[in-house]
Amino acid sequence: MEIVIALAIGIVFGSGIWLLLRPRSFQVLTGLMLMSYAVNLFIFIMGRVWLDKAPFTPAGTAVDPSQLADPLPQALVLTAIVIGFATTALYLVVMIGARGLTGTDHVDGEEPEV
Amino acid sequence: MTALITPQHLVILPILLPLICGAVLAPFTQGAHRFKFTLSYASVLGQLIVACLLMLHTDNESWQGGIGVYLAANWAAPFGIALMADRLSALMLLLTGVLALASLHYAMQRWSRIGVHFHPLFQFLLMGINGAFLTHDLFNLFVFFEVMLAASYGLVLHGYNAERLRASLQYIAVNLAAALLFLLGTALIYATTGTLNMADLAARIGAMPPESTGLLKLGVTVLVLAFLVKGAMWPLGFWLPTTYAAASPPVAAMLVLMTKVGAYVILRLWLLLFSAGSSAGFGFDALLWGGMATIVFGAAGMLSSDSAGRMAGYSAVISSGTLLAVIGYGQPSLVTAGLYYLIGSTLAVSAFLLLIELIDRIRSPAAAVLALTMEAWAVDEEPDDSPNEPRGKGVPAAMAFLSVAFAACALMIAGLPPLSGFVAKFGMFHALLHPEGGTVGGAVGAGAWTLMALIFVSGLIAIISMLRFGVRTFWAAQVVTPPRLHLSEVAPITALLLLSVAMTVQARPLFDYLGRASADIHRPAKYIERVLGQPAVPAPHTQEAPAGGRP
Repeated sequence: MEIVIALAIGIVFGSGIWLLLRPRSFQVLTGLMLMSYAVNLFIFIMGRVWLDKAPFTPAGTAVDPSQLADPLPQALVLTAIVIGFATTALYLVVMIGARGLTGTDHVDGEEPEV
Repeated sequence: MTALITPQHLVILPILLPLICGAVLAPFTQGAHRFKFTLSYASVLGQLIVACLLMLHTDNESWQGGIGVYLAANWAAPFGIALMADRLSALMLLLTGVLALASLHYAMQRWSRIGVHFHPLFQFLLMGINGAFLTHDLFNLFVFFEVMLAASYGLVLHGYNAERLRASLQYIAVNLAAALLFLLGTALIYATTGTLNMADLAARIGAMPPESTGLLKLGVTVLVLAFLVKGAMWPLGFWLPTTYAAASPPVAAMLVLMTKVGAYVILRLWLLLFSAGSSAGFGFDALLWGGMATIVFGAAGMLSSDSAGRMAGYSAVISSGTLLAVIGYGQPSLVTAGLYYLIGSTLAVSAFLLLIELIDRIRSPAAAVLALTMEAWAVDEEPDDSPNEPRGKGVPAAMAFLSVAFAACALMIAGLPPLSGFVAKFGMFHALLHPEGGTVGGAVGAGAWTLMALIFVSGLIAIISMLRFGVRTFWAAQVVTPPRLHLSEVAPITALLLLSVAMTVQARPLFDYLGRASADIHRPAKYIERVLGQPAVPAPHTQEAPAGGRP
């Protein structure tokens, strides 16, 4: 299970890096999004891989940490998703603005000389 | 009501004030410039006062050990988010307040009027910066860091033109990627230690067996990469000169402070985590040599750049490299001098960035681009801009001001006497030549000699490039039109420069304060004890179960 998740995260992150290095701003944006997905998964997995464990203590029972999933990474990943979402949207707006003002979607704001 | 003004709550005020003020300002779109400006100005003044009070409280030890701890939502330390104010963070808050006041004052006449959301973004930027200085929790640091960055993306775009768009497209991409690294690092640290509270982390790292800290060190390294991008360490700082040169002057002055946030976090984190215990000394060499490479890069860039904006950017790179090297050298007395250098260089580079726009008016008095934008936003020239404004003949006062201010900036950036840059460099050399506990002429390592040589050479290069620019602008220019300067633009630059003169005159008390601040941060045990030992405030109704009170 661990190796599957690790590989999946690695592939997504790697694709993100490749896209980030491309010259078109839409590719850069897609790359950033893929990387942030990979990072979110990574944070989530850092609470270890658990199956069928509750993140909360059932009321009225004694607390046994070994029976519970770690709730903190889940809280962290929620925050990270929200922030990543907002900043990506912001990048998208800047991208559209740049496209309108410079007339090209190249990250340098001008077409490379061929 | 009295509970709200107890000193304990002072710690959270620098975050709350700009947050509330920014939220109030956000719905206003056009017009009401005076109201928006007044509110924004009042908030910055308030932050300045709070910073002074915090400095007072930390320095006269009215808080135990000079460390004020604020437990957010009343959760005890390792579980909730703890905010912490000590001498160093109070000082950084004060610096933020001073710079914000200067930038805002500078923006009064023109820059705050073009574009609609200058003031809310400015306030959110301050909230992020203040939060980053105060928080004692890694994930919370990420949140404040993102607040600061998001506001800075908007501000870099302020006064929208193609150059700014192009620069910010790269600036945003680089910083988004860096933020992802920050998250990766945080996750790794949490996975290995099970905590994100910095004091708790320091306590646990000290107790970890050395062989099991590999993954943790990897996590901290990945995390710190984000701050090195912000602090522009070579080879992570290529975005900086372009962005600084493109941003509008008041924003660029605030950006200077943001590079210092990177250095501040590294200083705090490194001394807390790696100055004692089993992992002591990790990464210091990398910071030292990386910082020195940054100085070389900055100096080379400064020598080769033509425009004043890029020169200012590269001088920020040099100062950030010097700071990183100072942190990496790992000697308390050097850190004291480094902090003095931090304040002086921040003031100098900010003043220089504000000055550049005024100097540019010599060459293009109409400020054509800005005039167009102002027209688009229907900003009318102020009535006091009337033609019978005194213009002067011969060497007009405006030209005299520009050249004197430029000379002062050059002296400070290059570190020549008599201004604060020289005192800072002298302090650093003195500390490098007097290793802790050693005698004069004792063993001074190769790192120290290299660092001294680099600081010296970078100062030389700075003065060469500044002189070149000054000669071209003031002496060799074909047509010199006395530019029209507003008092509101001249005053903040003068204030920043006078502050640096005051720093030179009052170097002794300032150095004493910085010495105490530096001694504080070199004793991580004190933070561990204070932050983890801070009791939660007892609930007012003790008969009620804790679940019924504050969650």
